[in-house]
Amino acid sequence: MYSKAYSRTVLIPPLVWVGLFLFVPYLILFLYSFWQVRFQVIVHDATSANYAEILHNPLYLSVLFRSAGIAAAVTCACLLLAFPLAYYVSFRLRTRKEAVYLLVIIPLWVSYLVRAYAWKTILGSDGVLNKLLEFAGVIDHPANFLLYSPFAVILTLTHIYTPFVFLPVYASMEHIPRNLMEAASDLGASSSRAFWTVVFPLALPGALAGITFAFVLSLGDFLAPLLIGGPRGIMISNIVVSLFGAAYNWPLGAALSFVMLVLVIAIITLTERLEKRL
Amino acid sequence: MRTTSRLLSIHAVAVFAFLYLPIVALAIYSFNGESVGGFPPHGWTLNWYRELLRDEALWRSAGNSVIVAMLAIVISIGIGLPAALTLDRVSFPGKALFRRLVLLPLILPGIITGLSLLIFLSSVGIRLSLLTIALGHGTALISVATTEILAGLGKMDRAQEEASLDLGATQWQTLWRITLPNIKLSIIAAVLLIFTLSFDEIALSFFLIGRENTLPLEIWARLRRGITPEINAISTLIFLFSLVLIVVWHKLRARSASASTQ
Repeated sequence: MYSKAYSRTVLIPPLVWVGLFLFVPYLILFLYSFWQVRFQVIVHDATSANYAEILHNPLYLSVLFRSAGIAAAVTCACLLLAFPLAYYVSFRLRTRKEAVYLLVIIPLWVSYLVRAYAWKTILGSDGVLNKLLEFAGVIDHPANFLLYSPFAVILTLTHIYTPFVFLPVYASMEHIPRNLMEAASDLGASSSRAFWTVVFPLALPGALAGITFAFVLSLGDFLAPLLIGGPRGIMISNIVVSLFGAAYNWPLGAALSFVMLVLVIAIITLTERLEKRL
Repeated sequence: MRTTSRLLSIHAVAVFAFLYLPIVALAIYSFNGESVGGFPPHGWTLNWYRELLRDEALWRSAGNSVIVAMLAIVISIGIGLPAALTLDRVSFPGKALFRRLVLLPLILPGIITGLSLLIFLSSVGIRLSLLTIALGHGTALISVATTEILAGLGKMDRAQEEASLDLGATQWQTLWRITLPNIKLSIIAAVLLIFTLSFDEIALSFFLIGRENTLPLEIWARLRRGITPEINAISTLIFLFSLVLIVVWHKLRARSASASTQ
């Protein structure tokens, strides 16, 4: 239906741009991962030494696993908060649905830094929470474990990614035909039975999309750990950052980034396949 | 049934408290006399906002962020519009790969795209500056522009385009006079969204920064030196600013949905 000239004109600019500024950079990242640093100079002879280092040095794998653990905890927490909320807004709320929906997704677009900073001021030993608890007489002296811990990272990332999980879950619930629910109750199903046999399975694809978002984005986060994680909250991206900064080993950093890139693409592909099956 | 209902509404209130109380606390302490923490807040003051007004480095970085966001809009709409048209109506070998590549930055942690661009720029010898941050934002946000515009194209009434072509208009006239006016609201919504996202972006900027700071990076640098309620004040203003843009974006989106069903 569309002429060749039309197709070419709309295809070529994005193809060239995306090729040049996304595909080529990812490719160079890959190439870099086979190079080496000797005497503070990057040497261009191909070797798989960086990947061997990642596999054999326990530091990298243990931090990678810890990051995956933190990301998994964040994902579970987000799901526990977002799923019942999505059900409530989609099925139980009769008035002001639109406004409540907007209220959930507003934080999605509000500055990451603003929210991470808010938690820093709340969790610190002189922070809002400690002083509030002291004021209320719950504790005598400030609890130091709140800030600079994996817990602080999990809490902050949960705050940031809960709307990300809510959005696709809610969208898939909104697509459930309402007469399915009526049919279920006409046939004598209790509302909890209707939930588990109708809503839950139909909302799973949305939940899966949300889980993917929350897991992948928190896995790669490095700002929250830097700001509120402390030494025990270090994640894999923090190591990458230091390899590109003070440690000056770009090739090893590139190898670690590439491992993350492959991991992310594998997770996306896997969940997409699963979504299609559901 | 009634207890589940009650539990669900309690849960909803708790989630909203979790989402909003930190931001409310942040705003309250921007009026606090001495420090960022402590309870109860004491010595209400507007001093931190006055300080903020006089803070030239901060305003300079905010200006930089606006410049970066404007350039990012030009790039991401300039490339995202044809990309959406391509995905909507052109078939070519490798289309699936193209789609995946364009949309990848939506879900890829910023650090990977940021580092890849950093290595690329240093390989071709381009010095880091505000322009490189804009390049990074613009390129990553093509994904947002494409999804928004693609949604607009999906809602559009195709019969208008067919009628225009049948009546002898060229494809370019049809694009200019039928397609673009139809997806105008989607494009405006995309512009607002991209502005907000670029203005707040920090993960990519972290790697592509030259000598000049953007606003989030300026705040980041200060956070590492120690914090004052002035940061609460600027954060509160940023929150309100994003809030306005997002509400307008949502309204536009709702309007484009209702316009296409009429």
